[in-house]
Amino acid sequence: MTQLTDLGIAAIRDGVAKGDFTATEVATAFNAAVAAAQPALNAFIVTTPEKALEAAAKVDADRAAGKALGTMAGVPIGMKDLFATHGTQTTAASKILEGFKPQYESTVSQKLWDAGAGMLGKLNLDQFAMGSSNETSAFGNVISPWRRPNDTAPLAPGGSSGGSSSAVAARIAPAATGTDTGGSIRQPAAFTGISGIKPTYGRCSRWGVVAFASSLDQAGPMARDVTDCAIMLEAMAGFDPKDSTSLNLSVPEWTAGLNADMKGKKVGIPREYRLDGMDADVAKSWDDGIAWLKDAGAEIVEISLPHTKYALPTYYIIAPAEASSNLARYDGVRYGLRDLPDGAGLQDMYAATRAAGFGPEVKRRIMIGTYVLSAGFYDAYYTQAQKVRTLIARDFTEAFQQVDVILVPTAPSSAFALGEKSADPLEMYLNDVFSVPASLAGLPAMSVPAGLDRNGLPLGLQVIGKAFDEQGVLNASLALEQRAQFSARPAKWW
Amino acid sequence: MSEYRIQGATGEWEVVIGLEVHAQITTNAKLFSGAATAFGAEPNTQVSLVDAAMPGMLPVPNRECIRQAVRTGMAINAQINKWSRFDRKNYFYADLPQGYQISQLYHPIVGEGAIDIQLDDKNPDSVKTIGIERIHVEQDAGKLMHDQHPTMSYVDLNRSGVALMEIVSRPDMRSPAEAGAYLSKLRTILRFVGSCDGNMDQGSMRADVNVSVRKPGDEFGTRTETKNVNSVRFVMAVVEQEAKRQVALIEDGGTVVQETRLYDPDRNETRSMRSKEDAHDYRYFPDPDLLPLELDDAFLEECRASLPELPDAKRTRYEIALGLSAYNAGVLTADVETARWFEALLAETAAKAKKPEAEVAKQAANWLISELFGALNKLGKGLDNSPVSPAAGAELLALIADGTISGSIAKQVLEKMLETGDGAAAIVEREGLKQTSDTGAIEAAIDGILAANADKVEQYKGGKEALFGFFVGQTMKAMQGKANPGVVNELLKKKLS
Amino acid sequence: MSVDTATVAKIASLARIKVTEADLTAMVPELNGILAWVEQLGEVDVTGVEPMTAVIPNTQRLRDDVVNADPLTGGDIRDAVLANAPAPEHGFFGVPKVIE
Repeated sequence: MTQLTDLGIAAIRDGVAKGDFTATEVATAFNAAVAAAQPALNAFIVTTPEKALEAAAKVDADRAAGKALGTMAGVPIGMKDLFATHGTQTTAASKILEGFKPQYESTVSQKLWDAGAGMLGKLNLDQFAMGSSNETSAFGNVISPWRRPNDTAPLAPGGSSGGSSSAVAARIAPAATGTDTGGSIRQPAAFTGISGIKPTYGRCSRWGVVAFASSLDQAGPMARDVTDCAIMLEAMAGFDPKDSTSLNLSVPEWTAGLNADMKGKKVGIPREYRLDGMDADVAKSWDDGIAWLKDAGAEIVEISLPHTKYALPTYYIIAPAEASSNLARYDGVRYGLRDLPDGAGLQDMYAATRAAGFGPEVKRRIMIGTYVLSAGFYDAYYTQAQKVRTLIARDFTEAFQQVDVILVPTAPSSAFALGEKSADPLEMYLNDVFSVPASLAGLPAMSVPAGLDRNGLPLGLQVIGKAFDEQGVLNASLALEQRAQFSARPAKWW
Repeated sequence: MSEYRIQGATGEWEVVIGLEVHAQITTNAKLFSGAATAFGAEPNTQVSLVDAAMPGMLPVPNRECIRQAVRTGMAINAQINKWSRFDRKNYFYADLPQGYQISQLYHPIVGEGAIDIQLDDKNPDSVKTIGIERIHVEQDAGKLMHDQHPTMSYVDLNRSGVALMEIVSRPDMRSPAEAGAYLSKLRTILRFVGSCDGNMDQGSMRADVNVSVRKPGDEFGTRTETKNVNSVRFVMAVVEQEAKRQVALIEDGGTVVQETRLYDPDRNETRSMRSKEDAHDYRYFPDPDLLPLELDDAFLEECRASLPELPDAKRTRYEIALGLSAYNAGVLTADVETARWFEALLAETAAKAKKPEAEVAKQAANWLISELFGALNKLGKGLDNSPVSPAAGAELLALIADGTISGSIAKQVLEKMLETGDGAAAIVEREGLKQTSDTGAIEAAIDGILAANADKVEQYKGGKEALFGFFVGQTMKAMQGKANPGVVNELLKKKLS
Repeated sequence: MSVDTATVAKIASLARIKVTEADLTAMVPELNGILAWVEQLGEVDVTGVEPMTAVIPNTQRLRDDVVNADPLTGGDIRDAVLANAPAPEHGFFGVPKVIE
C-alpha cells in the first residue's frame, strides 16, 4: 500500500473525501514524518502537530456530519515562517523576532485554514527571506534531502523558501507555502525537484506576511506537481481590502482550467538568457523543455528581452532599499528582541538590538538599502533602478505581444553544497539571475522539475506568463510535467 | 501700514517668517487604519495592529482624509494634484513605530495656493496675500511621556497614524502680527471647511515656525525652525524672541545655525533641541505598500460642491448684501461658529419681523457683537455653550423692534435670559418690564421733574438746549426705563416749548 | 562611487546597527564589491523613461472613514498590541528614558 506521506494535495483531499483514509490518519502520518526528519533536515523552526491534528479532526467531523469540505480539506501543510500565525511563534528566521507570537493571522494562511488545510509547523527560511540557500536563518541551515551520489555533503535546498522545498521534496509535507521576492519559490523548487508558482504580483495578499521588499514580495504554493499547485494557489489567492496592492479580481478556476495542449500557443525563448559559459546540463534541460513544448503543439519563437542583464543589479538596489525601510520596525520597542546595554539610551538600544537581532546578510542588505537611499545617492541608484525596472517590464510587455509564455531555466545550476557560495555575497546573488526579471515585472512564473543533471540533482524549468495569466503558466508547466516524467526522489537517508 | 523692524546696534533688521502648520484632519478613523482618533482615550486603546507596525501590516488610505485635504486645497484656491503619491520618511524614534512616517514629499496632493490676511480689521487696504507652497497628507506620531517612571519613558500610540495635513506657507510674513494673523486666518478657513477642528490646546493644530532675519533688501538669512508651537500668541512670541535672538547673535559676531528649536512659554524663549544625529537624512522614497493616488473628476467635483461659503466671500457678502460695517463683517466671519450663530439669528429675526434679512442685519449684528458677546464673556462662556439660542436672541430683538422694550431694558432682559434660560417675552411679562407709551403716566413724571428742576428749565429756555438730554434721562429714570423714548421726547418738547 | 570606513560607519549609524571596527573593516570591501556591480545600471539609457510606480497597473483604493470596520485593522485591542512588548508598563510601551 502506498504510504500516506507519498500523496499530494489532490490525492489526500480526494482520499479523505471518499473515506479511503481519515484526515487524522494523514495528519498523524505527516506529523511522524516531520518529527523523524526534523533533526536531519531542520526544515521547521517550530512544529505544530497539535494544529495539524486539530484541523484534521474538524475535517473528519465535518465529513461525518455530511458538511461540504474545502478544497484543501484534510491536507496538512508546512507554513513558511514569514506568514504570521495567530499564537504560533513567527520569526522570519531571525533572532530579532524570536518568541514573537502574532495576535493575528495572515490573510493567506487564514484562507488555507478556511479551505480545510492544517498546519504541520512553521518552516525555516533564509532570514527575512534574504538568501538563496537557506544559510542565513538564525535557526540553523536547512538541509536538502537530496545528495550527490556517494557523497554525504549537505546540499542547499535553495532559498529563501528552503524549509518549504526541503519538506515537500522529503515527503514530510505534501505542500508548503512559499514567498517569492526574487525567485524564492522557484529556485528552491528547482533545487529540490518540486513545483512552485509565484503568481502575478497582487494575487495573494501580503497582509500578515513579514515584508522583505514590498513591491516584489508574492506568496505562492510549493507542491509535488502542477495540479497541486493550482489547487493550493486557488485557495491562497484573492482580493484583500487590507492590502492596497492586492488585485481586485476574482480568482479564476485554475484547476478546472488545466490543459496541457499547447496547440496554437507561442512560446518565447529569450536569447539573452543563453549566457556565456552556461552549465551544459542546464542548457540541455532548456533544450529538452523547448522540444517538449513543441511536442505539446506549441510554436517556438525566439525573442529578445534586451535589458535582462540589468535585472539583477536593479533588483539588488530596489529590494535592499525597500528592505532597509521595511525592517526599521524591528527596534525592540513593541515586540521581539530588546538588547538594552547598561545605561543605554533609546538610540543605543536600537543599535544594540538590531546588531544582536539581525544576521549578517540582513545587515548587509539594510546597509546597501540605506546607502542607496541616502542623500545625494537616491537618484543615481534608486531612481535609476526604478527606470531600468520600467524598461525590464516593457521588454516583457513587448515580448508578450508575440508569444503567450516564455520558457527559461529556473536557475543557472543545480543545488550547490552548503558553504560553497556563502563566502561571497555577489556569487550568491548571481543565483537569482533567471528568476529576478519576472519578479521585477510582477509576472506569474512557475518552476517545474525537468530532470536530473550529471550529479543526479534536479533541474527546473521556468515558465513566465503575462500578468494575470496564471492559467497559461500552469498549462505550459503541465505540458512540461507530462513530458518530463520526473519521478526521481531523494533516497531517505535521515 | 508701518513696517516691523528690529532695532539692532548696526541698524534695522527685517524678520522673515514661514509657517508649516500641522492640522489634524477631522475624521473618525486614522489615515491608514480603522482605529479611532478621539482625543483623550486611555493609552494605546486607539491603536490597531497597523498603527503598532506589527510585522506584515499594511496601510490602506482613508477616503475622508484625502477628501478633506482636497477641500482644504480648494478653499485656498490651490492647485489640486490629480496624481499624487505617498513617500516614506525614514528615521528612528520611539513614537514612530514603523521607523518611517508615511508622508508626501515628491508629489503632494495640493500644490500652490494663497491666503489673504488682514492686519487691521477696519482697514481694507491692510490685506496681504500669503503664498501657500503645498499641502500634503501624512501620519502623526505617537506620544512619549517622560515623567511617569524614573528610568523609563512611556510610549502611547493613540495618535500614531492619525491623519495630518501639513500646510506649508511661503516665507511671506514679515512681523509677529502677520504670522499671528496668518495662523488665525488659516484656522478660520479650516474650521469653515470642516477639515480640522482647530483645537490648538488639544494639539489638533500646531505650527513649526521658520524665522530668519536680514537687513532690508538683503538675501534671506539662515533660518531656524521652532517646532510644535501650539497657539497664535506663542507663534507671535516665537517670532519676536527668535528674531531678537538672531539679531543679537549676528551683531555679536556669531552666525545663525540652521537648527530645530523649542519654545518654552514659561521663560518666553526658544532653545536649541539637542541636535539629533543623522536627523537630516530621511531617505525619502515612494512607499511601495501604496499605489499612486489618482483622483477622478467626480471625486473633485464632489469636493468642490460640498465646500461651504468661505470666510472671505462671507465677509464681502455681509458688507455688500447685508450692509454691515467692515469691522462687524470681520468679527462675524472670524470663526465658523460665530458666522453660523449670526446667520441663524438673522434668519429668525427676519422671519419674526417679516422683513428681508438686509433690513434687520445691522440690528442683529450690533446686538450680537456689543451685547451678547460682552454678556457671555462676563460669564466666561462662548457662543458654543451659550445659554441663549439664536431663536431666543431673535425673540429679544423682536421685542426691541416692536417697541415692547427699550434697548436699556433689553440689557436687563438678556442678563435674566442668561441667568434663567427663560424666553425674553416671558421675562418681560414676569418682571413688568414692558415699555409704556401711556402719555398720562409719562406726563405726570415729566411734570414732577420739571417742577423739581425749575432752574434747569430756565437755563434750557435761556438757550442751553443741551439740557434736553438731562430731562430725557431723568424722565426715563423716573419711569424705570420703561417709557417709550419717542413718546418721552415728544412730550418733553411740547412741555418745554 | 566607493565607500570608506567612515561612510560605512555613517550608514550603520543611520540604519541603527551597532558595528565593531572589525565589522566595518569587513563590510567596506563587501559593500564596494556590490556597489561597483550595481553601478553598471548607469550605462542604461533611460532618457524619457519614467521610474516604475506600480508593477501591475492598479489604482489606489480608498477605505470608508469607519472606526473598527474590520477588527483586524481596528483599535480597542490594547492587550493584543502589548502582548509581545518587551517592557509593557501600565498600558504603555516602556523604553529607556528619552531626554528631549
